[in-house]
Amino acid sequence: MATDTKTLLFKPIVAENPITLQILGICSALAVTTSLRVTIVMCVALTLVVAFSNFFISMVRNYMPSSIRIIIQMAIISTLVIAVDQLLQAFAYETSKQLSVFVGLIITNCIVMGRAEAFAMKNPPVPSFWDGIGNGLGYSTVLLILGSVRELFGSGSLFGIEILPLVSNGGWYQANGLMLLAPSAFFIIGFLIWIVRSKRVDQVEKSEFKLAAHTTQEVAH
Amino acid sequence: MQSKDSVGGTIKVALVLCVVCSVFISSAAVILKPFQVDNKLLDRNKNILAAAGMFDPALNSNAEVDDLFSRFTLQVVELETGEVLSEERLVELGIDPQTYDERSVLSDPQFSDALAEEEDIADLKRRVRYSTVYTLPAADGSIETLVIPVSGYGLWGTMYGYLALDGDGNTVNGIGFYEHKETPGLGGEINNPRWKALWPGKKVYDDQGDVALKVIKGRGEGDFEIDGLSGASLTSRGVDNMIAFWLGLNGFGPYLNNLNEG
Repeated sequence: MATDTKTLLFKPIVAENPITLQILGICSALAVTTSLRVTIVMCVALTLVVAFSNFFISMVRNYMPSSIRIIIQMAIISTLVIAVDQLLQAFAYETSKQLSVFVGLIITNCIVMGRAEAFAMKNPPVPSFWDGIGNGLGYSTVLLILGSVRELFGSGSLFGIEILPLVSNGGWYQANGLMLLAPSAFFIIGFLIWIVRSKRVDQVEKSEFKLAAHTTQEVAH
Repeated sequence: MQSKDSVGGTIKVALVLCVVCSVFISSAAVILKPFQVDNKLLDRNKNILAAAGMFDPALNSNAEVDDLFSRFTLQVVELETGEVLSEERLVELGIDPQTYDERSVLSDPQFSDALAEEEDIADLKRRVRYSTVYTLPAADGSIETLVIPVSGYGLWGTMYGYLALDGDGNTVNGIGFYEHKETPGLGGEINNPRWKALWPGKKVYDDQGDVALKVIKGRGEGDFEIDGLSGASLTSRGVDNMIAFWLGLNGFGPYLNNLNEG
């Protein structure tokens, strides 16, 4: 059992990144990465939710009847998410407006459920908590990369501070509108996965099938 | 002790979990409620000030909002007649102008009506009976600026904003949108300061008293035309419809009319 806090914290950043290796949590990675400020709030919110949901689920794991296991996990996760949403509305109203439904959608973020099932159900609370933080950091790393690229090339700014003066504001940079739309996040995630997997070949999945060799018509009949 | 997987054990765990979670959520909601209400009001007031050109997030801080906003007088107007509701009517209807929210009563048949299809140019489906008007009195008692809430369907969803007019009820002072779902970079440019800067000084009504202010394709000229946003024809049309509706007879037309006569 991996209980070493350091591994728990740092392994999910590159080696077992929830987005690039497990391809989880893509939905929110597309939706909230058009500006860095919003991205950071989302990262903090998700990290907190994963960490605490792991912690609480692990605490009650021995009392969970197996027939309603998933429902209990969902109840704990959604309680935390609602609490985070309420806190954001109270203390970071502007950002919570921009994040709108995506805070609520943390409930359905596969990373949270995935870590609860895969780790918290089998490990004590404290390592589970660190595992949650680690995976949150892994998610945040990818989101921050996405956010920086998209905001820089889509709106010519970082954290809302102008870096590349836009043509529409009298500068020279013609904003790349694609960067502000969801598909661009797919491309960037694709490139990230490509980079990570060409460095770490062990992450490449085995092909599930092989194309048959090309045959001519005469041979096939 | 009961096994945790028995029927009784399962129900017990489920019950305990529900109680714990709901107590947690309700206390969070109750404790944080006052902050959230304050935030909502602050946000609304800030949007109104921004439309009237009195607030710039880059220059002003949130702390100034209350002070600036307190200079405004809040009136609730019956849209149909254009009359300002008296104190008694407000009490009767249970409206507090400070917190009255047009959007939250939009589905309440007591406060709103369905719009007939031919009248519903801004594609709103329903319209409130009473709407708040925010007026800024000048030193001599006349109105310096008035701000009205406007909304209309754009390309992807309803756009909500405030339109500020000068005291004559005919000259545009400014416009601002606080909520919309338009495409970023195209329709989303309705909040571009450079586009919004085209609005102040334009006139709303022509000599016949009809709404003449339009968002047109290409470059707008004269007193009544605003440049359309390039690459966002449907959003521009949505803004155009919104202006036509809210300044027309079904919107604030009667109120602005009364203002000029009175």
